[in-house]
Amino acid sequence: MTPEKNKNLDQMFTAIQEKAARHADSITEDPAPKIYIGMATCGLASGALETKKAFEEALSLRNIQARILQVGCMGHCYGEPLVTVHNPGFPPILYHQVTPGKATMLVKSFLEEGDPLFEYLLGAMEENDLIPQVWDFARFSQEKRVVTEICGFINPEEILDYIAMGGYSSLAETLRLEPHDIINQVKNSGLRGRGGAGFPTGKKWELAKDARGQEKTVILNADEGDPGAYMDRTILESNPHQVLEGIAICAYAVGARKAILYVRSEYPLAVKVVTRAIEQAKELGLLGKGILGTSFDLDISVFQGSGAFVCGEETALIQSIEGQRGMPQLRPPYPVQKGLWGNPTVINNVKTFASVPPILKHGEFWYRQIGTEGSTGTAIFSVVGDILHAGLVEIPMGVPLRTLIFDICGGIPNKRTFKAVQVGGPSGGCLPADFLDTPIDFDSLTEAGAMMGSGGMVVMDEDTCMVDVARYFLDFTQKESCGKCTFCRIGTRHLLNLLERITKGEGREGDLELLEDLSQDIRDGSLCGLGKTAPNPVLTSLKYFRDEYVAHVKEKRCPAGVCRALTAYYIDLEKCARGCDACVGSCPVEAIFTTKNRKKGIDQTLCVKCGECVTACPAEYDAVRKVSPPERAPIVERPADISD
Amino acid sequence: MAKILIDKKEIEAKEGANLLQVCLKNGFYIPNLCHLEGMDSPPASCRLCFVEIEEEDGPVTSCSVTVRAGLKVTTDTPPVRRLQRSALKLLLSAHDVDCARCPANKKCGLQTIARFLKVGLKPKQLEQLRKETEGMEDHPFLRYDPNRCVLCGRCLQVCHGKQGQPFLTFAKRGFDTVIASYGEKDLSNTTYQEFTACAQACPVAALGPKND
Ligand SMILES: Cc1cc2nc3c(=O)[nH]c(=O)nc-3n(C[C@H](O)[C@H](O)[C@H](O)COP(=O)(O)O)c2cc1C
Ligand code: SF4
Ligand code: FES
Repeated sequence: MTPEKNKNLDQMFTAIQEKAARHADSITEDPAPKIYIGMATCGLASGALETKKAFEEALSLRNIQARILQVGCMGHCYGEPLVTVHNPGFPPILYHQVTPGKATMLVKSFLEEGDPLFEYLLGAMEENDLIPQVWDFARFSQEKRVVTEICGFINPEEILDYIAMGGYSSLAETLRLEPHDIINQVKNSGLRGRGGAGFPTGKKWELAKDARGQEKTVILNADEGDPGAYMDRTILESNPHQVLEGIAICAYAVGARKAILYVRSEYPLAVKVVTRAIEQAKELGLLGKGILGTSFDLDISVFQGSGAFVCGEETALIQSIEGQRGMPQLRPPYPVQKGLWGNPTVINNVKTFASVPPILKHGEFWYRQIGTEGSTGTAIFSVVGDILHAGLVEIPMGVPLRTLIFDICGGIPNKRTFKAVQVGGPSGGCLPADFLDTPIDFDSLTEAGAMMGSGGMVVMDEDTCMVDVARYFLDFTQKESCGKCTFCRIGTRHLLNLLERITKGEGREGDLELLEDLSQDIRDGSLCGLGKTAPNPVLTSLKYFRDEYVAHVKEKRCPAGVCRALTAYYIDLEKCARGCDACVGSCPVEAIFTTKNRKKGIDQTLCVKCGECVTACPAEYDAVRKVSPPERAPIVERPADISD
Repeated sequence: MAKILIDKKEIEAKEGANLLQVCLKNGFYIPNLCHLEGMDSPPASCRLCFVEIEEEDGPVTSCSVTVRAGLKVTTDTPPVRRLQRSALKLLLSAHDVDCARCPANKKCGLQTIARFLKVGLKPKQLEQLRKETEGMEDHPFLRYDPNRCVLCGRCLQVCHGKQGQPFLTFAKRGFDTVIASYGEKDLSNTTYQEFTACAQACPVAALGPKND
């Protein structure tokens, strides 16, 4: 690029940055208190809109001038709705579970009377002498935020917020460089794709750049179909511009003039936020025609996917955009050679693109220092299940599972013990406690039998039945199988039927061997990644929790007491209080009767094992017991009907 | 021309040719259902045509391999046979085996492959699975039996090829996947002639004329 052009670019970008700085100053210099409310999908689901309304009403009632600002998600989903209140004279303070009631109290006590309500706060966001800082908690201090650095701190619908935090400077810098310089930087950073397989991103881009073809295309994969995974959604909703910036950099580097954002239509908020972000970036000349005054054009659009899990597979995704049924195609040819409409196509995950601007900004060496030799940078997980602080976590690669689960996410709630963790969603594996010291990186997880996947992590406590967990995942993959290839279509159905039978106590001699053999064949014989990885939950649970399977098949016993057909409830007559009727009404099928000495018994032929009586029984008696196999429940005779 | 080795025998074949075709033409039978000669992008969906290729990990489907000089192919290793038998048994577990009453009897793709792989037509280990769905009852000419169909997709391939606009498509997901009429297409002014190709492409007579 000529220096003349660069001058143009510099002038244009400086003007944009100045505008953004003025915008940011107008907020910081405003003497009014500021209330930042997390309004991504997780916040909204927990009632952020009602909270916002309560703040507005309380402010107007008390005639207080304050500014309510909408931000994205910080990842602390256990604490939603999350609100940061910055009252002049105090540090910014983060509050969790801010219900409308708490919102009203905060306006009155904090904004009006200067009492920050210690009982409600999570911590201060800045150093101070008064209030403990959030940065001292493991959840904050042990995270390393690269992709999600400013998620939850900016308004995702205001591009100037992003630019004021240094956004789009990597794109501006990119346009001053040659495409191969960009590719080299990405290559040297060691960045690997965050969509599951961990393919080196720089190499993919280089292949696309060198591929011959007219209309090269860049596609963002935001199909995110793993049950329980929502990292990509959160990033798009909380900081869409970092993703757009990464896409534009990629397009420039590989010579594409067209980009498509494939977002599942079940993510309406993400679609809305991203669409708006594109408009704003176009208005400022950061996307669209003649980006920042250069000759680089990027036509960028949103495509709403039909929400099939298999459409996240890159070749199925392309089919889906082309208007076909989303069915995986044989690779090679890979999309970088022959992708959308037969043209070279780069497909990357949301987190992959979002990692690029920080890499170019801070340099490849900075990025290499984070994480491990083979897996540089950070990993982002949505940690859910039996875990105290569920939510989105970004950690350096290489952190052991134990640290993530017990230190950063607070461990297992309700005094239960850890049993297993499922990493990598339905394609991943269930790892037992022996594997808690496994470092979280691409290769170590695969070696352990799980996989990085796209970042779903489900933590399970002792009350989980591993056979049932395998059944759950197979039910998912069988439903989502595209039906094209034999192993996946029919094989996973057999696995599911076997698992269902076993959980119903109808397991037979030889079932476990059949499960294992079929699983191996499905893994080795399937056409695409869905089928190849679908048996992982079965294979790992069979390997690490075989005794549980054996108990189901041989003794018809569910050790965790989960499988209904293999459990029974009974009432411990020693503990049951004479004359107490608390449980009777709770039973939906009238299975509870009164014994001769006015205690209670359960009619096993009627009981549907819903467990309502367990909740109904007063804690001081705690008389309802659950046993497996059901024969272990003592038989209590129902007295002949004499009373009425 | 490229020299390749198939089961230690030297064969000459065109560089870039389809390996499955080359094997079949040279008398090396490889079980297959979804492949049609001359297709440019094989679906590779039946998962039967496995072979092993030197220096590659584990079995690969031969219909997706193109010939290059020096290729060393083995068609009958234990891992190859294991996957082929497993795929066939899976297909049979979802297939109404009622040969005496089937129009495809004696010319059926499944019978041929079962004989070759020495697999009984009613494998014992796997339970029999059946689809609940009926297929295409309101079609003017075609009869379709979802519990015979092996979903090889050959009918769709020829349908695409001849009429440009497909009349048939895959529908539903997972185990319940079936072949169905494409969209709400008005079939009133079509003739059976236009569907003969589809019906004839079917290796198991799951698709046929209505009165068959
Ligand atoms: C069944 C299946 C589902 C997938 N779903 C997703 C997805 O939801 N998001 C995603 O980014 N990649 C998904 N992938 C991986 C993509 O095929 C592809 O590898 C990825 O988008 C490449 O991006 P990356 O290099 O940035 O990881 C899926 C793969 C398979 C086999
Ligand atoms: S109907 Fe016949 S040709 Fe079509 S997919 Fe089924 S088995 Fe194959
Ligand atoms: S012929 Fe190769 S997979 Fe069907």
